[in-house]
Amino acid sequence: MSERIASPDLSVRFAGTIYSPNPFWLASAPPTNCGEQVKRAFDAGWGGAVWKTIGEPIVNVSSRYSSVDLNGQRMMGLNNIELITDRPLDVNLREITEVKKRYPKHAVIASLMVDSKREAWHTIVRQVEDAGADGLELNFGCPHGMSERGMGSAVGQVPEYTEMITSWAKEKAQTPVLVKLTPNITDIRTIARAAKRGGADGLSAINTINSITSVDLDTFIPRPNVDGKSSHGGYCGPAVKPIALHMAQQIQADAESVLPLSGIGGISDWRDAAEFLLLGCASVQVCTAVMHYGYRIVQDMADGLSNWMREKGFARIEDFRGLTVPRVQEWKHLNLNYKIIARIHEEKCIGCALCYTACWDGAHQCIHLDRVSGSGNGHATPAMYERNSKQKIAVTPIPKLDHAGAGHAGPYATPLQRIPRVDEEECVGCNLCSLVCPVEGCISMDRVDNLPPQSWEERTAGASCEKKVN
Amino acid sequence: MSNHHENPELRRRFPELHPPLDAQAAVVEANRCLYCFDAPCTAACPTHINVPRFIKRIAQGNVRGSALTILDSNILGASCSRVCPVDVLCEGACVYHRYNEQPIQIGRLQRHAMDHFYANGAALPRTEGPERSEKVACIGAGPASLACAAELRQRGFPVTIFEGRSLPGGLNTHGVAEYKLRPADSLREVEMVRSLGVEFRFGSEISGEAALAAIEKEYDIIFVGVGLGAMHRLSIPGDDHPAVINALAFIEGYKTAGKLGVGRRVAVVGAGNTAIDAARAALRLGAEEVHLLYRRGPEQMSAFTLEYVYAKREGVRFHWFTQPVAIHASAAGNGLESVECVRVEVDGQGSLQKVAGSNFRVACDMVIPAIGQSPLLEFLHSCRGLQLEESRVQINRETGQTSNPRYFAGGDCVNGGREVVDAVADGKRAALGIAQALEGAHV
Repeated sequence: MSERIASPDLSVRFAGTIYSPNPFWLASAPPTNCGEQVKRAFDAGWGGAVWKTIGEPIVNVSSRYSSVDLNGQRMMGLNNIELITDRPLDVNLREITEVKKRYPKHAVIASLMVDSKREAWHTIVRQVEDAGADGLELNFGCPHGMSERGMGSAVGQVPEYTEMITSWAKEKAQTPVLVKLTPNITDIRTIARAAKRGGADGLSAINTINSITSVDLDTFIPRPNVDGKSSHGGYCGPAVKPIALHMAQQIQADAESVLPLSGIGGISDWRDAAEFLLLGCASVQVCTAVMHYGYRIVQDMADGLSNWMREKGFARIEDFRGLTVPRVQEWKHLNLNYKIIARIHEEKCIGCALCYTACWDGAHQCIHLDRVSGSGNGHATPAMYERNSKQKIAVTPIPKLDHAGAGHAGPYATPLQRIPRVDEEECVGCNLCSLVCPVEGCISMDRVDNLPPQSWEERTAGASCEKKVN
Repeated sequence: MSNHHENPELRRRFPELHPPLDAQAAVVEANRCLYCFDAPCTAACPTHINVPRFIKRIAQGNVRGSALTILDSNILGASCSRVCPVDVLCEGACVYHRYNEQPIQIGRLQRHAMDHFYANGAALPRTEGPERSEKVACIGAGPASLACAAELRQRGFPVTIFEGRSLPGGLNTHGVAEYKLRPADSLREVEMVRSLGVEFRFGSEISGEAALAAIEKEYDIIFVGVGLGAMHRLSIPGDDHPAVINALAFIEGYKTAGKLGVGRRVAVVGAGNTAIDAARAALRLGAEEVHLLYRRGPEQMSAFTLEYVYAKREGVRFHWFTQPVAIHASAAGNGLESVECVRVEVDGQGSLQKVAGSNFRVACDMVIPAIGQSPLLEFLHSCRGLQLEESRVQINRETGQTSNPRYFAGGDCVNGGREVVDAVADGKRAALGIAQALEGAHV
């Protein structure tokens, strides 16, 4: 009988006091608009929720969202021009109290945005803490609408404002204060440092990215359309994940910025979450994927993360959190002598030749379709192959006359002339062919170097040494 | 052109085999396409339609661009999208076969683009370039001539198509099974060719050397796209009975002549694609039993595997190694009683031998012979200097030129009877050959 293994412990303790049964929090957004939603989310398995930003109730427009689809995949990116809560403050406060009472072991964090006045911040901090919030998230990131009124990213783009308002919140706060950062800035570390100087206990990143998602080509009106006009919105969803990962890494690798970080940006499944955790995040926040598929996705996130942790031998989140941070270095520290080349595994090749055309037009012209023809006098260009094919006469096979193989039950082998060949001398190991290949494992990038590691920094330092000697 | 063939009863009995894709389903399917380089589907298509390109354009919401990509290679892209045996052509070559996935539904995507084109005015872009003075005559208004004529018109040559029947389109209009292609869809395609400025002369069957001499006098080049002639007779006792109707006459009868009657028990003789079409049509028209008699085994039948599979699924009963030897009229009156058959064996030399004493009867009240068409030998012999081989017109395959440099040829009269797409490819290649010959003559 196989040994029974204990389930990994997914719980986290964020910034010392915010306990959550798992690292999956709902971001401050429509899915956390009201207590009824948050309760259902906790029932579905979410560990925490950052309440839809509380402040002076606003008036919203219709419509509010627009999205970017990619090759039939819906909502690869989502854009919104919705503002903070439009519900009365006392209703939000009452519902926070109700939720905390019923779910004492889940994390409820109040996202806050009020006028840039010390008294206003003191008041709101006291109100939500009295209501029972486990922590506060200062919304210095919202890039649309509120920023025109001197709030949101208007604060988060100026280090001095960020530091000042953070310190106002800290003057009253009894619970951890997180500052939510905007990515709409040249270097996110300048704001992270300011938040840290202001006394923040943690950070959340990233908020949404300024965007215009698309233009209606019939009406010439951008989306979302509000009576013939649009406004820039905040972009999120799978499309922004790489940007968010980079910013998380920047914060985690900077001593003046580093604080407990709640990672946000395009997290849709457990793998995305694991990546943010590996880059040092202590929890992750999700919005778009829930807006797309509902609260139920958290069960797959928890299950996937648990299985991966078990496979890797991690008993708790802290066992792997941040492991990837030191693996991100400046370019000058990368090993120039590391050499890989593409290898096409013929038995898996289906003959689409996408690697061939990608290498010719997008890379270094070192993949050829010459296994049958031979390289002869130089290599044929893509246009030459296409011209040649066009001139060939093809006819419909008649089964009993032609005995053609096509169309009969496969699998049958890819014709040799359709299987590309890599010129291993010329291959620069860029990865492009393996990225475009539709077949898993068909093109591997194999290591072939035999020189000791040497970085650019080392190489140029050596060069200047030599100069000195000469 | 005429809509009088649209018979609601016909529509009810012959639902389309491959119904159109919903617009969004087309985009989903188009997005599956890998956009292969120098794609095998394109290579497999006799007209070399740039399949990945037209599919990509559907995915990008540029359906007109998609249709024009198709038409650029194949002016009969609409009928080909319906009648092509795609499983042995483009879809058979799809790399997805090697990836444990269904091939892209290229035929249905092509139809999607073409339907959009015809639903939006069927306007081809105007071609620039001078009008040419040299005239071309195309004999026969089937796919080969239509493709040849369209290509030449787009290059500025005046073209006249001579057709003996009253309706153009050849087998596309008269001979393709209704559940694949409807006459109206064939005719609107011909109308598009006509809109390019191609002239049609109907009811003008060209026969005899004098008629050809007159055409030679008026036209610089003659394209022979006459297809094949009458279907072979069974040549057994009783084959002249009125209830013995050859497959093409049967198909034409229900398609364009409103003859929806069929026997209760039908015997189809032969195992080519036309035999299958006739058998399946008989079922749709209400036959209770359809027997298909073939003197060889399933390995030798010339029907495509999928056609056979579908026919079997629909209930056609296949009798292999069965050869009809006589057709018996019913004793009572003017109907049929049965077709008498013998068992056949393949001997050591591979030839067929009747098994003595194996005679049996298949009860039926209608017999549909489908054992191939005869070549139009009389006409072909009247074309001066046309060399034939095995009754087929000999051509230079790259140019379509025959042994008489003023005659070009393509389609069934050259290839012995293949698919519409083969005829279109022949016609287009011949048009390029003709243009080259005429332009060369002027240099």
